[in-house]
Amino acid sequence: MSKDNQILEEFTSKEYEHGWSVNYEADEAPIGLNEDIIRWISAKKEEPQWLLDWRLKAFKAWLDMKEPEWANVTYPKIDLQALRYYSAPKQSKKPKNLDEIDPELLQIYERLGISLNEQKRLQGIAVDAVLDSVSVGTTFKETLSKLGIVFCSFSEAVQEHPELIKKYLGSVVPMTDNYYAALNSAVFSDGSFCYIPSGVRCPMELSTYFRINAANTGQFERTLIVAEDDSYVSYLEGCTAPQRDENQLHAAVVEIYAAKNAEVKYSTVQNWFPGDKNGKGGIYNFVTKRGICAGDNSKISWTQVETGSAVTWKYPSCILKGDNSVGEFYSVAVTNNYQQADTGTKMIHIGKNTKSRIVSKGISAGHSQNSYRGQVQVMKRATNARNFSQCDSLLMGSKCGAHTFPYIDIQNSSAMVEHEATTSKIGEDQLFYCNQRGISSEDAVALIVNGYAKEVLNQLPMEFAVEAQKLLALTLEGSVG
Amino acid sequence: MLTIKNLHASIEGTPILKGINLEIKAGEIHAIMGPNGSGKSTLASVLAGREEYEVTEGEVNFKGKDLLDLAPEDRAREGVFLAFQYPVEIPGVSTTNFLRTAVNQVREYRGQDPLDAVKFLSVMKEKMKLVEIDQKLLSRSLNEGFSGGEKKRNEIFQMAMLEPTLSILDETDSGLDIDALKIVSNGVNKLKTSETATIVVTHYQRLLDYIVPDFVHVLYNGRIVKSGTKDLALELEEKGYDWIKEEADAASV
Repeated sequence: MSKDNQILEEFTSKEYEHGWSVNYEADEAPIGLNEDIIRWISAKKEEPQWLLDWRLKAFKAWLDMKEPEWANVTYPKIDLQALRYYSAPKQSKKPKNLDEIDPELLQIYERLGISLNEQKRLQGIAVDAVLDSVSVGTTFKETLSKLGIVFCSFSEAVQEHPELIKKYLGSVVPMTDNYYAALNSAVFSDGSFCYIPSGVRCPMELSTYFRINAANTGQFERTLIVAEDDSYVSYLEGCTAPQRDENQLHAAVVEIYAAKNAEVKYSTVQNWFPGDKNGKGGIYNFVTKRGICAGDNSKISWTQVETGSAVTWKYPSCILKGDNSVGEFYSVAVTNNYQQADTGTKMIHIGKNTKSRIVSKGISAGHSQNSYRGQVQVMKRATNARNFSQCDSLLMGSKCGAHTFPYIDIQNSSAMVEHEATTSKIGEDQLFYCNQRGISSEDAVALIVNGYAKEVLNQLPMEFAVEAQKLLALTLEGSVG
Repeated sequence: MLTIKNLHASIEGTPILKGINLEIKAGEIHAIMGPNGSGKSTLASVLAGREEYEVTEGEVNFKGKDLLDLAPEDRAREGVFLAFQYPVEIPGVSTTNFLRTAVNQVREYRGQDPLDAVKFLSVMKEKMKLVEIDQKLLSRSLNEGFSGGEKKRNEIFQMAMLEPTLSILDETDSGLDIDALKIVSNGVNKLKTSETATIVVTHYQRLLDYIVPDFVHVLYNGRIVKSGTKDLALELEEKGYDWIKEEADAASV
């Protein structure tokens, strides 16, 4: 057996770092899914009637929908009736500000390296922390509100800014868009809302940190970002979950609306529990993310580093409706052990002179399966649309798989669409070369993988990029030698 | 410093090295020459610890340690450096970043503190002069799109950074024009001290005009069949390898 195979044989995964959980007294919905549960959630959140009606409509539509089966992933059917759709830490009273939050909850985030204490926070990032079904706190709210920026939990936005929610909720991802989006529309419990008024450049990174703590509970959050004319915002999303033997469902919806000349940058570092090295447990991550460049000259840029989840099904997309609008998708998806990822993007060119760029870097190790699925669609009136797609796959070992499914649909002959794809293996030659310079195999893999993913990592905000680099190394730790 | 005794090695069951004996002392330069397929590069690879080669017999002692017992990275950390005949490309990783990782891992092994970015850069600037390498080249992806000459210069630059005690140059002259050959040789000569030793694996005597060896060994069919001084290299240049092959074949009958 060659060294390469031998060391890859010795595949052992580093223990998932965020696998712990905390016992807190929870306010939970009964297990199961029906109209009453939806009414229960809506009542719990003291929602207006129109929102309850909207949920029930989504639920009715969902009942007639089928789970999608086209993705290149296999998993046992999820019993949605066995899940709990709402679980929140019980707090004696609703905290009015960060000081009133239960210290025990703050500790959960401290342990994850997320300080909700504004004094201690590094300058430049405001955080909304979502634990299971609810947001536990949002930092820097006041600083931001001076600029007219709204950054708060989704539930709070429903109470404080109903007109905005009513206008934009479901405007980018319709409630009947797909099976999981419909389910989310019916049962979503919380999430983040962000509104940047005209002409405002958000001075700090906004960030949501999702944490699943409770067992047998699905996390269904919604994020809605609205960027008015000439505004700019950079948004970060991070996520972790405890290590549990059973699978857990995370089905989120993210909607982004960019008006004229607005720019939204959305970065994700996804580190859900991926299951153990035999493929037991882990999060099912079935997420719908979509942005619309509604105004002329607007831009939406998705950057994602995906290292966690047992099964991922996720296609952050851009609808390029405004003339001259730009959509970007930069992705690094790492799968190890028995993880499966089917991820990619959709770029829908509607406006004139619209441009899109797709850079996807897949890394497969162990027995994992990693698929890129991308669609580039150029509509009739999208004169001079441009797309460039690059899909690279890196394989480690001989038991994993990498797949590419590009779909291209062009209805305007002036379009220029380019697609490049490569597949490579971490070679014995590369490893030996590093070894010969005194670098251990483990560090050699981290070096090679980070080099491979550099183009995407460079898109991340500085602080996040460092985290992502460490995470990549950690995810693949033990993959050699 | 290095003692090789009766070294046998094979690849996928085919014997390549069939009993190499060699003694190298600090301060010496040894040239290994020989016709194609004689086992020159195999010897270099086996010393560096490439795992496709299986050592079937013999021993190698390096500074009192059993070299064959060490992992490739530990051999490097102990001071064995191989300048590759075909340096490998690593996309997205700059030479600077690569070397900083390497230098600091080697330092850690030797119980030294890691070099911070500032110190590292100043050491780098100093060593860059040795092989006249441009800093721009070092911030590009390692060996990616480098010319043959740039790759070889980069190898010697890495050697300068890692300060090995035993350097093995595997056909470093191949693919070099005369100017690049001079620069590379000059670098190697400047790095030589009375504490270090060098093995130069080469096909041609040309390189030995610039890196002058103390001993020349001719490898044929997996054995050292003749050893001598620099004059042997000149003789080979003039007469080719056939007479050596004949001598060796006659002796083995």
